[in-house]
Amino acid sequence: MLAERHINKIIDKLGYERHDDFSERRKIFIIFILLGLVILAGVISLTLGAYNISVDLVYKTLFIHLTMGDISSISKLHNTIIWDIRFPRLILAISVGGALAIAGAVFQSVFRNPLVEPYILGVSSGAAFGAALGILFHSIFFSIQIFAFIFATLAVVFAYSLARVRGQTPIVTLILAGVIVGSIFSALVSFLKYIANDSALREIVFWLMGGFYYASWNDVIMLTPMVLIGLIILWSLAWKLNILSMGDEEARTLGVSPEKNKAIVIAIATAVTAFSVSLVGIIAWVGLMMPHASRLLLGPDNRFVIPACFLMGAFYLLVCDTLARTITMTEIPIGIITSLLGAPYLCYLLRNKGKSILG
Amino acid sequence: MLRISDLSFRYTQKPILSDVSFSVEPGQLCGLFGPNGSGKTTLFKCCLRFLPIEQGSIRMNSVDVSSRSVEELAKTVAYVPQEHKPPFPYLSREVVLMGRTPHIKGFFGIKRQDKQIARDAMDQLDILDIADEPYNQLSGGQRQMVLMARAIAQDTPLLFLDEPTSALDFQNQMKIWGLMEDIVAEGKTILACSHDPNHVAWFCDKVIVISNHGIVGEGMPDETINQDILDRIYHNTCSVCSNSGVPMVMPKKVALRMENY
Repeated sequence: MLAERHINKIIDKLGYERHDDFSERRKIFIIFILLGLVILAGVISLTLGAYNISVDLVYKTLFIHLTMGDISSISKLHNTIIWDIRFPRLILAISVGGALAIAGAVFQSVFRNPLVEPYILGVSSGAAFGAALGILFHSIFFSIQIFAFIFATLAVVFAYSLARVRGQTPIVTLILAGVIVGSIFSALVSFLKYIANDSALREIVFWLMGGFYYASWNDVIMLTPMVLIGLIILWSLAWKLNILSMGDEEARTLGVSPEKNKAIVIAIATAVTAFSVSLVGIIAWVGLMMPHASRLLLGPDNRFVIPACFLMGAFYLLVCDTLARTITMTEIPIGIITSLLGAPYLCYLLRNKGKSILG
Repeated sequence: MLRISDLSFRYTQKPILSDVSFSVEPGQLCGLFGPNGSGKTTLFKCCLRFLPIEQGSIRMNSVDVSSRSVEELAKTVAYVPQEHKPPFPYLSREVVLMGRTPHIKGFFGIKRQDKQIARDAMDQLDILDIADEPYNQLSGGQRQMVLMARAIAQDTPLLFLDEPTSALDFQNQMKIWGLMEDIVAEGKTILACSHDPNHVAWFCDKVIVISNHGIVGEGMPDETINQDILDRIYHNTCSVCSNSGVPMVMPKKVALRMENY
């Protein structure tokens, strides 16, 4: 009872309708269900893996860590597998999935185009180039991640400034600029692949397919707080995002400066995407698909789409990553699984519900 | 309320507006009337600062608009555009609620009061039955009604309406004009453009007739919508009759038929 009253109070505070408006209450309920699903998936995923550990041992280890208990009662091997490999990997999958999904929702709203994905401004090709440099010339470009991030950001800054004409950034030019910058960096990546030796080439190709093989606590510490901050800021701008998706002139008449707000949300969405991509490589489909799926469930209002999208992206990537590391003896790059599962799903969406998501 | 002086605007080479000056007093329903391509929408867009003006000044409430922020401007003037269709299926009531944006403060500041205002605006236009339908799947006329409700929900002292009745049936046209009269009765100011000389003559307090690049007539509707001005802008296609004191603009051919009868 108390909990319900408390939740209702929070709902009121956030400005959502709860009394006479059934649908908003339903939407909040769905978001809580999604949260439950992510937690459930995490709980199950933690017990699965190439190395067989009993379920109760997994949770005992986790419980000891979370309560700062005495860890020496657990064998060192088990502790390492559960706490240093599986758990950070799980958190990282959740963070990356959520990040790509909210970035997708933001880009689709700002560009007023439901077919846009977070890589539209060249983030992925920039990151790929940086990573390829890091793999090929390791002595100069000492860290794959750092240079992937630098070039990912550089690509977007380049595209954005290319598109900016007389203080305005029209959407069409922005998308074109993204395509141009993307193809330049793709060509450069191809060149690097061409001059690479066999082992480096293999590494580049693997990086491009994305994966969480090397997930560590360091990655989690770098990425997760950043993604959560991005989520909070974007969620707080959700209503403005709705207005921006109506078009620049509309936004102006409604008192939302399109230039300023577009720059802010694009910067945040790009930052979380670039960070994710530089840590785990290019993972396709999440950013395109999850916004659609959440709009289908909850309607286009970004105040609901952003949190729902985050949770769905997290859930999807968690499931895909668990599959990637368990269905065969060796790991499958996650990009393959996200695409194989994602493409038919999007096809189904477009065929059956195309009208309600695309209008 | 609105004072425009020596406004000029051109798209690269082509001059659209040159030295346009007029003013609208508070509480007036002012009609902006003129043929296609005469720059009515451009005039609106200049006033709303969508387009950079070449020269001249635009003052609203005695403050120059160029010194105003986007947020302040949105509290002063609401705009109903001619036609637009967003890519996402927002519900009609969400679109109307968007009109409250300039008044919303803070992160999650949509209050029950804002929703009530949005609902009242839809009620005023009798469109509560389409409140829960996706806006971009409505007919053109229904969308126009929703945008009108949004402008009312925005609750600004000045409203710019770009052909607010162009896609409406007869009944809804009368509803919108009646509503505009109610709005100015509250002390608000409306500048609305229209292509129907009768509507302008019957319902407006003041008319500004604009032809290519400039104003050709300004004043009371009865005096301004006259044979001379209509001949100039429409090249001898209409004739102005009077039916017990109410002016009527008719196509010349139809008027001839009446005379012959």
